[in-house]
Amino acid sequence: MTAFATHIENGIAVVTFDLPGEPVNKLSAAVRTEMEALLTRLHDDAAVRGVVLISGKPDTFIAGADIEEFTALSSQDAAERLSFQGQETVSRVETSHKPIVAAINGACLGGGLEVALACHYRIATDHPKTLLGLPEVQLGLIPGAGGCQRLPRLIGARAALDMILTGKNERASTALRLGLVDEVVPQSILRQSAVAAADRLAREGLPQRDRKGGLTGLVLDRTPAGRQLVYRAARKQLLKKTGGHYPAPVAALEAVRVGLEQGITAGLAEEHRAFGELAAGDVSRKLVQIFFATTALKKDDGVKPGTAVPRQIRRLGIVGSGFMGAGIAGTAVLNVEVDTRLKDSDLSRVGKGLKAATAILKERLDRRRLTRSQYDRLSALLSGSAGYAGFSRADLVIEAVFEELETKRQVLAEIEAQVRPEAIFATNTSTIPIHQISARARHPERVLGMHFFSPVERMPLLEVIPTEATSPDTIVTAVRFGRRMGKTVIVVADRPGFWVNRILSPYLNEAGHLLQEGVPIELMDRTITEFGFPVGPVALLDEVGLDVGQKAGSVMHEAFGERMKPAPTLSRMLGATRLGRKNGRGFYHYKEGHKAGVDRSVYPLLGVHPADEVHEDLVERRLVYAMLNEAAMAFSEGVVRSPRDADIGAIFGIGFPAFRGGPLRLIDDLGPGRVVETLYQLQEQFGERFRPAPSLLDMARASRRYYPT
Amino acid sequence: MLDSRRGRRVAIVAGVRTPFVKSGTVFRDVSAVALARHAARELLYRSEVDSREIDEVVFSQVVPSVLSPNVAREVSLLPQLPPSVPAYTINRACASSAQAINNAADQILLGHADAVIAGGVESLSDLPILHSRRFSQVLVDASKARGVGGRVATLGRVRPRDLIPVTPAIAEPSTGETMGQSAEKMAKENGITREAQDQLALRSHQRAAAATEDGRLTAEIAPWFTGPEMDQVITGDNGIRPDTSLEALAKLKPVFDRRYGTVTAGNSSPLTDGAAAVLLMAEEQAKAQGHEPLAYIRSYAVSAVDPAWQLLMGPVYAVPKALERAELTWAELGLVEIHEAFAAQVLSNVQAWGSQAWADRLGLAGPVGDVDWDRTNVAGGSIAIGHPFAATGARLVTTLAHEMRRRDVQFGLISICAQGGMGYAMVLERK
Repeated sequence: MTAFATHIENGIAVVTFDLPGEPVNKLSAAVRTEMEALLTRLHDDAAVRGVVLISGKPDTFIAGADIEEFTALSSQDAAERLSFQGQETVSRVETSHKPIVAAINGACLGGGLEVALACHYRIATDHPKTLLGLPEVQLGLIPGAGGCQRLPRLIGARAALDMILTGKNERASTALRLGLVDEVVPQSILRQSAVAAADRLAREGLPQRDRKGGLTGLVLDRTPAGRQLVYRAARKQLLKKTGGHYPAPVAALEAVRVGLEQGITAGLAEEHRAFGELAAGDVSRKLVQIFFATTALKKDDGVKPGTAVPRQIRRLGIVGSGFMGAGIAGTAVLNVEVDTRLKDSDLSRVGKGLKAATAILKERLDRRRLTRSQYDRLSALLSGSAGYAGFSRADLVIEAVFEELETKRQVLAEIEAQVRPEAIFATNTSTIPIHQISARARHPERVLGMHFFSPVERMPLLEVIPTEATSPDTIVTAVRFGRRMGKTVIVVADRPGFWVNRILSPYLNEAGHLLQEGVPIELMDRTITEFGFPVGPVALLDEVGLDVGQKAGSVMHEAFGERMKPAPTLSRMLGATRLGRKNGRGFYHYKEGHKAGVDRSVYPLLGVHPADEVHEDLVERRLVYAMLNEAAMAFSEGVVRSPRDADIGAIFGIGFPAFRGGPLRLIDDLGPGRVVETLYQLQEQFGERFRPAPSLLDMARASRRYYPT
Repeated sequence: MLDSRRGRRVAIVAGVRTPFVKSGTVFRDVSAVALARHAARELLYRSEVDSREIDEVVFSQVVPSVLSPNVAREVSLLPQLPPSVPAYTINRACASSAQAINNAADQILLGHADAVIAGGVESLSDLPILHSRRFSQVLVDASKARGVGGRVATLGRVRPRDLIPVTPAIAEPSTGETMGQSAEKMAKENGITREAQDQLALRSHQRAAAATEDGRLTAEIAPWFTGPEMDQVITGDNGIRPDTSLEALAKLKPVFDRRYGTVTAGNSSPLTDGAAAVLLMAEEQAKAQGHEPLAYIRSYAVSAVDPAWQLLMGPVYAVPKALERAELTWAELGLVEIHEAFAAQVLSNVQAWGSQAWADRLGLAGPVGDVDWDRTNVAGGSIAIGHPFAATGARLVTTLAHEMRRRDVQFGLISICAQGGMGYAMVLERK
C-alpha cells in the first residue's frame, strides 16, 4: 500500500495522503507504519527543509481512525496499545525538526485532527465541507492519540472541553477564531499557501501565537485555580446531560485534567489507559454498533438493489400546512433545496405554515449556519396557496392533513386529479393503515406512507411504509428523498402503528395503568429517564397530545384487541379538556410554554391518591417490558425487516437509550429466557397483557438471539 | 399586424399580480424586488409552466432602487428558475410593463425566445431619497482627502441647506409641470367638468368593488401573507371604496388649483405599490405544452406628443395606429381598458377619439370612435384599483385577457397615457 505520495519542490516536501481504494482517508495500523517510515525518510533527506501534509481526496483531509479496525480488537490491552501507538506516531510528527504544515480541506476529524494538532501550522479552506472536530465521545470513546492533550494546550481548556465533551464539529471560520487553525484560505490556493508557510517556518522558525480569550481566558484557562472551576462546571453539566450512563465524556475530562495539571506524559498515560477501558466497554460497543447500523442504513434503499429507479424530485407539494406539514416543508427546503408548495384550504393557515417553515431556516440563519443570501434563496423556495396551483408539476406530494381516513382519501383523490401520472403520493399518518387510504386510488403503486416524527426538523427518524401495491420505484424514491432530508430511514410494514408507535403504544398504555394505580407522575418519569430515555412516558403523552394519544390507543385496541385495551386515564383527562402541552393543560403545568411541575389536580380527576410507597424497579419493569414484549411480537410479524431497523427505529424514533442498543439488543443482552420469565411474573400479577410473545418463547426454548454473537 | 415572417403568434398564457395597495400601507416595509419576485413566482406556479422553458425575463420599473437597478435579474434569479435566464429592466414610464410585454413578444416573434416573463413593479414606499448635489460632492471630496484633518476641513464646507434631501417629484423634467397640473390644464382646455370626473371615479370604484366581490379581480392576485404570524392575508386592492358616492367625491378639495381646479384626490389615481407579471409564449409552444392561452397579441403602437401641450394626450395617436396595424376598427373591439391616471385625462382622450373636430386638429383622417362604457373598464380602473406605475400595463393586459376569455370577446384594446407625452396602445385577440 502506498497511501502517501511525496513531491519535493524548492526544499518543501508536499506529502499527499490518498488512501487507495477508499472514498476517504482513514488512519489504520498500516497507514501509521507507512507514516512513520515517511517521517524517517523526510528527516534523513537533506534536500527537505519543510513538509506540507495535504489530502488527495476531494472532501476529506483525514476522516478519522478506521473504526472497523479497532472494533476487531479483542481486549482492553489491545485497545490501550492501539491508542499508545497512535500517540507515538503523532508525537513523531510534533517532534520533527522540519516544520510540518497541515493543509486542510474537507473533514478533519478524530485522529485526523489529532495529526493536524501535532503539525506545526494549520491552514484550512473556507469550503463548507471543511469541518474540524474530535467526535470520539459519540462512539463512547475519547481522543486517544494526544487530542486530549494538544487541543487544550492550543486553544485553552474551556474551548477544548467544549469540543471534546460534545464531539461537535467546527467550521473553518470558527476554528480560526478559536486559534485551532492559523489561516483560512480559498481552496484554490491551499497548496501554494501551505508550501509558502512551510518555507517561511523553515526559514524563520515557528510562529508565536496570540493567546485567545482575553482576561477571562487568562484566569480560567491559565491558572490552576481557574481551571478547577472549569472542570467542576464541566463535570456537573456532563452528569446532568448523560445521566451517568455515558462514561466517555467523563473520562475525556479526566484525561484533559491530568494532562494540564500533571504534565503531558501523565496526560498521555491517562488518555491511552482510558481509551483502552472505554473501547473494551459495553457502551462504546453499543454506540459503535449503532454507528455501523446507521451507516448501513444510508446505503439501504429498502428494495433489492438494482430493482428500482428513484425519481428525481424537482418540486414537492405538501397538503396541510399545520405543524407537521410546515415542519416537512421547512426541513425539505433546508436540506434538499427543493421547490416546495404548501396547500391548505384556508389561506391564513397557509400563511402560518409558511411562517413556521421559514422559522426553521431563520433559526439556521440566526445560528450562522446559513448566510443571508442562502437564507433568501431557500426561503424563496417556499410558497403556498389555497388551491392546487403548481401541483401539476409536483413530483412528490406529501399529505399531512387531519388524521382521519375519509379526509385523507379525499385529499388523495384530489391530488390524483391534479398531478402528472408519474408523481408519488405519500401520506404522513401515524396510525391509519396506508392500504386503507390508498384503497380507492387510481394508482396505488405510487402511494405509500412517510411517517415523520414531530418536530420534523429535529427528529432524526422517518418510517417509509409501502403497501403491497406500492412499486419499488416509489419506495426507493421516498427513501432517498427522506435521506436527503437528513433522516435515517427505515422501511416498515403497513401494520397498525407501523413500528415506532406499535411498540410505544403498550408502553404508554402501561403508564396509564400505573397512573390509575396512583403511581406519582414525577416518580414514573424519573424512573424512565434514569433508565435512559430522554423523557418519561407521562411527559411524552403531554408532548404528543392526549387527544392524539387516545386516538392512537383506540386504533391499536381495535387492531390488536384486549392486550391494547386503553387504560381509562386519557379519556378522563380529555373529559376535562386536558390536551397536554398544546393547550397548556396536561399532566404537567405549563408556564409560557415551559413545563412547570406536575399538576396535582390531575390525581383527583383520575380518582386516585398519589401512592407513598412505590417500587421503582417494578414501575420500570412494567413499562420497559411492555415495550420489549411488543417489539418481539411486532418483529415476528415482520413489521421491520431486520433487528437493525428495529433497534435504530426505537432509538431514533422514541429515544430508546442508545447505550442499551435498542429493544431487541436488550432482549439479547438480558437473554430471551430471562425476559420470558419476567413477563410471566408480570402476567401473573397484572394480567394477560403481559403474556410473553410466542416468538420469545421459541427463542428461549431454542436459545436463539436476534443478533449473531 | 404583428405577424412575423415565420408566422409566429404570441400567446398570453397567464397573468398574476400582487394586491395593489396605497403607498405607505401594507407594503411599507417591502422592497420592490420582493414584490416583483412574488408576482413572478406565483405566475410560474399558476401557469403550471415548466420553469426550465423560460428563456428570458423582461421587467420594468419607473423609479428603480439605486441598490437593485436591474429588478428583472432579481426576478430571474428566483430559485424556481435556472440561473441561466437572462434579464433586463426597462422604463417607458406608465406604459413600462406594456412595453416589457412587447419587447418580450418581439423576441418571441423573431424566434429568439419561446417563453418570456414580462412585468413591472413599483414601490413608492421604497423611494430613493437623494442628497443635494453639493453635499454629494463634499462627501466624494472628503473620501479623497488626505488624513483626518483634510477630511474634517472638507466636511466643514457643508452648509445646513445642503442637507435638505431631494425627493423625486412626479413632474416633467422638460417643463417642470407636475402630472396633476397637466391634468388640471387638460380639464380646463377640454372643458371637462368636475361632475363628469367624479362620475367616472365613482364608476371606477363601483365596478372595481363588484369585480372584487365576484372574484374577477381577486383571481389575478397572488395573496400576500403579512403580520407577525404571517396569518393576515391580503387578497385584494386596498384603494377600492365600495361605499363612496358622488356626494363624498364632491366634497374633496381640488389639489392642484385650489380656486378654479377640478382635479381632486378622488378623481385621480393614488400613489400605489404593487407588481404584475405576464407569461408570454409562442403559440405553438404554448399549445404543445397543453396551455390554453388567455389571448394573443395582435398589434401595438406607441406615440408621443409635446409635453408642453396636453401632456396625457399620447393615446389619441397610439390607439388609431395600433388599430390600423391590427387591421381593425374601433367598432370591432369587444372590450377596452383605458388607464385612468386622472379622470380628466380619460375624458380628454375619449373626447379626442370621438370628434371630427379633434381628428382635424390631430391630423387624423376621421374620429377613432365613441367609447361605449358598457365595454370599457368593466372591472374599474386605476383610480380605484391603484396605479403602481410600471405594474399597470401588465395589470391591464391581465384584466383584459381574463375578461375577454370570460365574455368570449374576439378583440380587445388597452390604452395608456405616459409621462413625457407618450401614448401606448395594444390590441389583443382571443382566437
